This record gives sequence, structure tokens and C-alpha cells, in this order.
Amino acid sequence: MSRFQRLLASSIGAKVGMAVTGILLSFFVIGHLMGNLLVYQGRQAVNDYAAFLKGLGPWLWVVRAGLLSVFVLHIVLAIQLKRRNRAARTVGYAKDHVNVATVASRYMVLTGMCVLAFVLLHLAHFTLGWIDPATHAVTEKVIQGGVEIERHDVYQMVVAGFRQPVYVVIYVVAMVLLGTHLFHGLQSLFQTLGVRHPGYTPTIVRVCRLVAVALSAGYISIPVGVLLGLTGAEGAS
Amino acid sequence: MQDMRLKLHIWRQAGPEAQGALRTYEVTANEHMSFLEMLDVLNQDLIEKGEEPVAFEHDCREGICGTCNMVIDGRPHGPQKGTTACQLHMRAFKDGDEIHVEPWRATAFPIIKDLVVDRAPFDRIIASGGFVSVNTGAAQDANEIPVPKADADDAFSYAACIGCGACVAACKNASAMLFTAAKFAHLEKLPQGRVESERRALAMVEQHDAEGFGACTNQYECEAVCPKEISVTSIAMLNKAYRSAVLKTRETV
Repeated sequence: MSRFQRLLASSIGAKVGMAVTGILLSFFVIGHLMGNLLVYQGRQAVNDYAAFLKGLGPWLWVVRAGLLSVFVLHIVLAIQLKRRNRAARTVGYAKDHVNVATVASRYMVLTGMCVLAFVLLHLAHFTLGWIDPATHAVTEKVIQGGVEIERHDVYQMVVAGFRQPVYVVIYVVAMVLLGTHLFHGLQSLFQTLGVRHPGYTPTIVRVCRLVAVALSAGYISIPVGVLLGLTGAEGAS
Repeated sequence: MQDMRLKLHIWRQAGPEAQGALRTYEVTANEHMSFLEMLDVLNQDLIEKGEEPVAFEHDCREGICGTCNMVIDGRPHGPQKGTTACQLHMRAFKDGDEIHVEPWRATAFPIIKDLVVDRAPFDRIIASGGFVSVNTGAAQDANEIPVPKADADDAFSYAACIGCGACVAACKNASAMLFTAAKFAHLEKLPQGRVESERRALAMVEQHDAEGFGACTNQYECEAVCPKEISVTSIAMLNKAYRSAVLKTRETV
């Protein structure tokens, strides 16, 4: 048994794995929001960014493979922990009482499963275009290096997508649940990694919770902003 | 002295394999009684009626032995912060209250009878690493090993753990992390304990896991119910020590 296997097989080590993969996934959540907020700058900013990502070629797949393996490890460890935890108490209390546990901390598995379902839906919606093919299949013509090329009009896809209230509702609910998941997860990972100090911990907890709420609000602003017509210059291309 | 009429819903289970159930009893107590004295009154009634008294563990009745374990209305040791059930007085309740009394619920703590559970897993966690190895012989000079006051205070606050298991009972995952971490941290904070830190962290955490306790979700329900108010800072210490021990140890893994 290697050191890493020994670590991940233990209750503490599995939590460390959750924390480390959680940090990496949080960086993705932050980066993805940065990219998405370009929608407020208008069509060209979004589509240029999308073209830049596509232009990474094989490197894009390296990043995607890394992200996927981190995501899978986070889920596998969550299942391993949940099974251990469930087995540790098979008979519950007739009368239960919650003293200090936050709502967010009590529904981590549920909010996590909802986020997973949302990620799959989101990929099928905007990445693969399976759910709403008509909105997905939009292109624009731009002059690049003196030649006219046709590229995916991501801006148009997002705007047309979120003009449909049903998607706005789904995305807003999903982002509230993601924010709830991060509300506990972000501050909790410091404890798991052993970072605790009477002077700093209260600030760490507050900042982490603020970041969770800010990330959630940032994501929610996009579908809501599109629906209310607050996004960048519509006609410009 | 005000009499209180109470309705108790108590978990009754004849033995480890027997089917248990909540049974309802009525008892007249007064506000000066401790919770255990109220149960004594109930048991006296039951004995006089020829019924089996409620089995519960108790010893010192002054909050230091850690045996009077029961979940009272969903809270290990009842509603009063920083006290064991024996230090909980009936003035915390009022006339006409209905009170649920249940045993610790954890797979690792099988029920022996009624409210009594087997906490032997705690002994095995201690036996795995909760000790220091020192040579016998003449005691060395006091003050030969300097210990900073702050460390001594921290070590003492962790050593205050009475091993009652309220942390396990309160945790939604029945994790014994607070117990294990308190026992680890009180030795970790002292020079005599630190020399065996790595081996201790590995052995105690792996014994904890082998006993079937759950993992910590960082909700801190344990700290909220601990009669000795042990800090979850100990858990952060153990998390760090175990992680680094697994990655650094030179013993073959």
C-alpha cells in the first residue's frame, strides 16, 4: 500500500483529499466566472475568449482531463466518506437536536449531487448543444487577419438561452446550491488541512463565506442580467 | 420546594441483541434534584412496582468520571452547556415537560442494556498510542524539561477530556475525532509527548477508523456538547499531524 493509498483510505486522509480537490475545483469556479462575466462586455469579448480557449487545442484537453479527474476524485472520496459515516450510525435518535451545525454543512451531499446534475446539464446545454440545439448552433462571421472566418457565436447562444425563463430558473437554483456547498466547503477545508488559529480562523471563516456568496451572486447575475437586458452592447460584433 | 410532574420517554433494551423501544414513564421530581437523582426516583418506583429499573451508568456524580451518558432531548448530557448529565439539575426543566432519554447512538458503541453502551473502543484508541514511553527508575528533577506556560495550559485543557463519548453521540457521523484529537493534542503539547508524535498520530487515527467511527464534517457539534468544552483546535492539530505522519514516516507502509 503506497503512502497516498494509506492516506486516502483513512478518515482524515479522505477529508484531505476532499479539501485539496475542493480547492482545485474552487479555482475552476472562480476562473469560469471570470470568463463568463465577459458577457457584460459584449459579443466580441465573449466570442474572442471562446475562440482563444478553442485555440488552445491539445492543451485544452489536458486542462479538461485534469479537471475531470479532480472532479471524479472529489465525488469518489465523498461516496467513500458518506458510506463510512452512514455505517457509523445505523440507528438514529427519536428526538434529534442541532446545536451549531449550519444548514449548508448538513446538506453537503445533497447540494453536491445537485451541482453534479447541474454540471451535466450545463455541458449538454451550452457545450454539446444537446438540449437546445437551435440556440447552440449560432455562428458569426468575423474578419481575422484579412480573411473572413465563421466562428461559434457564444454570446448569441447565451443571450438566446437565457431569454427563456425556464433556463434562468434552473441556473439560478443551481447557483444558489453551489453557493451553499461552498459556504461550508471553503471555510471547512482550512480545518481539514490543519490551519486553525484563534487569531485568524474567525476571519478565514468570514472571508470564505463571503467568497462563496459572491461567487454565487456573480453567476446568478448572468442569466438574470440577460433576462433583464443588462448585458453588453447587443448589436456590436 | 416545587414538585414537577414529568413524562419521560426512555429507551429500554433488555440486552445487546434484544429489540429495544421507547417506553413512557411518569415521575414526580423537584427542581433541586440532579437528572440522575430524578432517574433514581423513577427506578425506586419501578422496583416497588416489581418492574425492571432503568439501567444507566453512573459513578462519581460530580462530572469527572464520564460514565453518566445519555442523550436528553437530542442533546448528549442535556441542555446545559459544559456539564455532564449528573450535574444537570431539574431546574433546567419545567413542570409538565416531556423528556426523551436515549443511549449514545453509534455502531462502535453497542448497547449493553437500556442507556448503557460499551465504550471499549475508546480504551483501544488510548492503548494504540495515547501514552508516553518513559523509562522507569528515579524520577528526574522537576523543571528539568521546560514547558511554556501557554503550552502547559493547552495540554491541560485537552487532558480535561473525561472520555464520556458525548462527541460521538452528538456527531451526525458518530465520529470520535474530538476524543481522539484531545488525547493526541494533550501529549503533543508537551515535550515528553512530542517525541512519539508521528507513531501516535498514525496509530490513534487508524484505530479510530478501525473501530467504525465516522469522519469529521467540521460542524463542531462535538465541541458544543462536550462537558469539558474541549476545543476543535485539537482536531485541526490531529488532521495536520496525521497527514504529515503518513507522508513522512520511515516505517514501511
